[in-house]
Amino acid sequence: MQLQYDIEGGNFTKAGFASSEIKKVLKQLNVDAATIKRIVVSSYEAEVNIVAHAYKGAVTVVIDHEKIVMQYQDEGPGIPDIEQAMVAGYSTASPEVREMGFGAGMGLPNIHKNADDLLIESEVNKGTLVTITIYLKQEGGQ
Amino acid sequence: MMQHPEFHHALTFNRETCVGCSHCMKVCPTEAIRVMEGKASLMPNRCVDCGECYRVCPVDAIGVEQDDFAMIYQFRHRVALVPGVLLGQLSDEIITRQIYSVLMEMGFTHICEVETGAEVLRKAMQSYINEHQENKPLISAFCPAVVRLIQVKFPSLVHNIITMKPPLDIAGLYIRDRLINEGAKPEEIGLFYFTPCAAKIAAVKSPVGEQKSVVDGVINMDFAYNKLLTTAKQSKSAMCPVPEDPQLSPEAILWSLTTGESNVMEGRSLAIDGINNVMAFLEELEDEEVSNIDFLELRACDESCAGGILTSTNRFLTAESMRRRAQQAEQSTDHNIEKLPEEHILAKYHSLKDQLTVDKVSPRSMLKLDENIQGALEKMQRVNELMEILPYVDCGICGSPTCQSLAEDIVREEAELERCIFIQRILEQKGTFTAEESAEVMKKIWGENKLNKEIK
Ligand SMILES: Nc1ncnc2c1ncn2[C@@H]1O[C@H](COP(=O)(O)OP(=O)(O)OP(=O)(O)O)[C@@H](O)[C@H]1O
Ligand code: SF4
Ligand code: SF4
Ligand SMILES: [Mg+2]
Repeated sequence: MQLQYDIEGGNFTKAGFASSEIKKVLKQLNVDAATIKRIVVSSYEAEVNIVAHAYKGAVTVVIDHEKIVMQYQDEGPGIPDIEQAMVAGYSTASPEVREMGFGAGMGLPNIHKNADDLLIESEVNKGTLVTITIYLKQEGGQ
Repeated sequence: MMQHPEFHHALTFNRETCVGCSHCMKVCPTEAIRVMEGKASLMPNRCVDCGECYRVCPVDAIGVEQDDFAMIYQFRHRVALVPGVLLGQLSDEIITRQIYSVLMEMGFTHICEVETGAEVLRKAMQSYINEHQENKPLISAFCPAVVRLIQVKFPSLVHNIITMKPPLDIAGLYIRDRLINEGAKPEEIGLFYFTPCAAKIAAVKSPVGEQKSVVDGVINMDFAYNKLLTTAKQSKSAMCPVPEDPQLSPEAILWSLTTGESNVMEGRSLAIDGINNVMAFLEELEDEEVSNIDFLELRACDESCAGGILTSTNRFLTAESMRRRAQQAEQSTDHNIEKLPEEHILAKYHSLKDQLTVDKVSPRSMLKLDENIQGALEKMQRVNELMEILPYVDCGICGSPTCQSLAEDIVREEAELERCIFIQRILEQKGTFTAEESAEVMKKIWGENKLNKEIK
């Protein structure tokens, strides 16, 4: 199954919408609560990163019986040094973004911690593609 | 521990009285009601006993079961467990002392205010919170409708619930203990609770596994209110011995009102009342958009128990009068406040933990389309296909509350697509469905009566 949501850069009032929709689908699919939590944390952070750092983007979600793959594609400044961006506490967030309570430099490390697989591809001044894969577990199952 | 296959519900739907107006179906927060054959019908596993349906029924077809009052006479020692909300409703009319004396006239031998145990409970909850930091924010189990709502709609949050029962159970334990100490035989003690809502009844009547609730019977608050009001007005002079004037602390008096718990817990606490507000908040909590809250007080009714479905007076006035009483208690120079033997009760509380934990809080998701992820994916695919052709009007004429719920009912094989009036029109235009067939479908949903009217 495939889902797609647009993500608006700079619009913090709508940040988290896609993540919430993904969560609702997973609840209907009887995915176990702990797995949903990991997916929600990862998708929320990736979504907020587009809102906070890029101009515009979208997420494409593909779900099958064993895994969920979420691809966050944006048009934006890109990430010059991905390794550095992954370091906990590293952030280039603007003062305005920090004012909103973001910019602790914990988003990408948090995704890394919760995802089974994380792939970041980026081109400076063009955009970034973040691909998150998480394997699904059925509620009450195996 | 054994689990009940279905929730016990105190709400009853009377088919004779029901006129099939579908008002209840439209307000139910868990989409637990459908209309079939002109009558509302309940999906028991989805209902959380919030009573929203009861509030809107125009013909009183929804009732709340209660125990027969005469049942109190099966016991030699008959204790009335009186919630502050009942006193709050009456206090403008009658003074507390008079209410007590009427209760004695009604046949009770002892009276105990439900909130008597509030401070003890607060301490037990606080230590629970300190021991369960990893499950923050911890959610109070005070309101049984909220506990059930979390089970069916927010299963990922069941671990956040503080598995401790409300003050009622502490008060029950305390009074039972006291009477036994005074020489009463345990089997001769009967505890009767005046409930403000259906949710509390359900919680009392479906105890975990084989265990029995500390309460022996439940009497609806509207019944008690009526009786108290009329009797008190008739009997100018109370003939029976009047018990000591009750003295609760302000904290205990306010416990069942909104902020009653959140105001006295340590750390960052939040109080939310109204089931739709609670649902919206839990949704955000699940989305990880809320952080750093230690404690949540969530109540299904607006103004909490002052707005319970079995209350009889305006909820804002009831709350006001309870706040006034708390203020008076605050200022009272009379230090005759009845102190619970705290250490003893607390120890007992811990030793009876099993009995005092809320109905086994395990997730019982009503949202899943199928147990199995692959099966659920296939069903969701079909729901999405159906949503492409359904009109997005949510008119409810199909007998399901929304287009989405009709689509899910169809996939679960509990409804047919032809129930939708838009689909009927589409099929009629294509010539594959006749007007007569449409009428038959409508009769199946709404009953004969609504479709055999004379139009001049
Ligand atoms: N989609 C993106 N486009 C451009 N830069 C990005 C993007 N995502 C992350 N970055 C860069 O990587 C840095 C680290 O990201 P991370 O999510 O870990 O922290 P943050 O967003 O700065 O703060 P937090 O997530 O804790 O609110 C960001 O500050 C930013 O420089
Ligand atoms: S009590 Fe609440 S959940 Fe149950 S049917 Fe009525 S409105 Fe729905
Ligand atoms: S808020 Fe109080 S009266 Fe309302 S359902 Fe919850 S416990 Fe019952
Ligand atoms: Mg970030």
